[in-house]
Amino acid sequence: MRIKLHVWRQSSRSDKGRMEMYELDNVVEDMSFLEMMDTLNEKLTVEGKEPVAFDHDCREGVCGMCSMVINGEAHGPKSETTTCQLYMRHFDDGAEIFIEPWRASAFPVVRDLVVDRSAFDRIIQAGGYVSNHSGPKPDPNSIPIEPNVAETALDAATCIGCGACVAACPNGSAMLFTSAKASHLGLLPQGQPERFDRAKSMVSQMESEGFGSCRNYAECEAQCPKGISIAFIGRLNSDFLKASLVEPIDRRGDMKAQ
Amino acid sequence: MNRIQTLYKSIIGKKVIAAVTGLVLFGFLLGHVAGNLKVFTGSTEQGIPHIDEYGQFLKVAGEPLLPAGALLWGARLTLLTSVILHITVVVQLAMLSGKARPVGYVKSKKKAASLPALWMMFSGSLIAGFIVFHILHFTTGTIQIGEFEHGYVYNNLRSSFSNPFVAGGYIFVMLVIGIHLNHGVWSMFQTLGIDNPDRNKFLRTASTALTMAIVLGFIAVPASFLFGLMPEAANYAHELLTGH
Repeated sequence: MRIKLHVWRQSSRSDKGRMEMYELDNVVEDMSFLEMMDTLNEKLTVEGKEPVAFDHDCREGVCGMCSMVINGEAHGPKSETTTCQLYMRHFDDGAEIFIEPWRASAFPVVRDLVVDRSAFDRIIQAGGYVSNHSGPKPDPNSIPIEPNVAETALDAATCIGCGACVAACPNGSAMLFTSAKASHLGLLPQGQPERFDRAKSMVSQMESEGFGSCRNYAECEAQCPKGISIAFIGRLNSDFLKASLVEPIDRRGDMKAQ
Repeated sequence: MNRIQTLYKSIIGKKVIAAVTGLVLFGFLLGHVAGNLKVFTGSTEQGIPHIDEYGQFLKVAGEPLLPAGALLWGARLTLLTSVILHITVVVQLAMLSGKARPVGYVKSKKKAASLPALWMMFSGSLIAGFIVFHILHFTTGTIQIGEFEHGYVYNNLRSSFSNPFVAGGYIFVMLVIGIHLNHGVWSMFQTLGIDNPDRNKFLRTASTALTMAIVLGFIAVPASFLFGLMPEAANYAHELLTGH
């Protein structure tokens, strides 16, 4: 297979960056997209050029490290597939492929295709936890959970935190990620004590990181490698509304009769 | 009050305000289109078109419990506040979103976003401009196209909409409103957290059906006048209508 690549090259955070064109003629159909990138880097190294920096780790579609916008789609043209699980057979011979980093002000480009996604870590730190007792091990299945609730929570928990939702959203919104993380805990009984505080603090952290607002395009869902539903965004909206308007804040204090 | 302030400051809160004000405006459109259909119901025995009577009723609705015009002006103020809030929060959110994606993609592709959804700012701006024009045209009579006389609603409509450019323009804007509502009404359910996979189909169908009903209802009026389907109204003294 011969392919023509247009890759975003940026040497540092302060560099302006530009697209560069490379041609590869020894691409095998059974190569994964990242193996193709490895081949490109070998070629560049042999030529004495700087290889393309890109994030990757497990290459099994579960770690959420790989992050490339391929031909305008986060993780490329195949739905519910991470970049590492994308194969060159999904492209035509002679294809022209554009590879760009996630674009969002909250995800600054570190180098080439590598972006800094620590904004997501800070959203998790703000509320993505549950309180647990530290005593003896509880009996398994001691808390009954309705099967469909458990399954929905698991659906939300399949989020690998890759950031494709932000990259795909025309507004650079992180609502799908935040809602998935808030929902997989908020749906389960163990996550109830912090449920409404969690909604408020995760949303507030999301805002201060500079992510945009959700306009219900559902572009995030379409490009999410785990196919996470925008139903979770609705759920977070609802929890946030209840947290803001209905749920008691702190009702300690004195009252007088009259 | 404190809670509302906090809500207003948040991204989701602003969306909620856009949704709730959108709901108020949608409710108004439903009422407006229902009222418009009085154009087709004919005239009273004295020759007063029902739509003229309805216009007069709106001015005095609420009497004698409320002073004349109180209900009308209350509704007008509510609508004006809703429009202003709706536009303000949406512009604020759009500015925020612009900052969230300072560098765009060389190659970008939309997989799911519908065109009505992507065109919301454009359709919204057009509608905002139309509202100003529409009030100056049919409410205040500042913009005179053909003959205009306060209170003679039927004749004013007939005079304006027999002009194909005016009728065509109104029909075009109604289609734009339809495009805006097609995304907007469903989006409201999603923003308020009311939509869920089990109701999604129903809510989307209901949104589209109501939108189509509104648009068709609105278009029926200028289209009927334009194609000469509407009879000429009898001349009647204005005192018959106002009773003094």
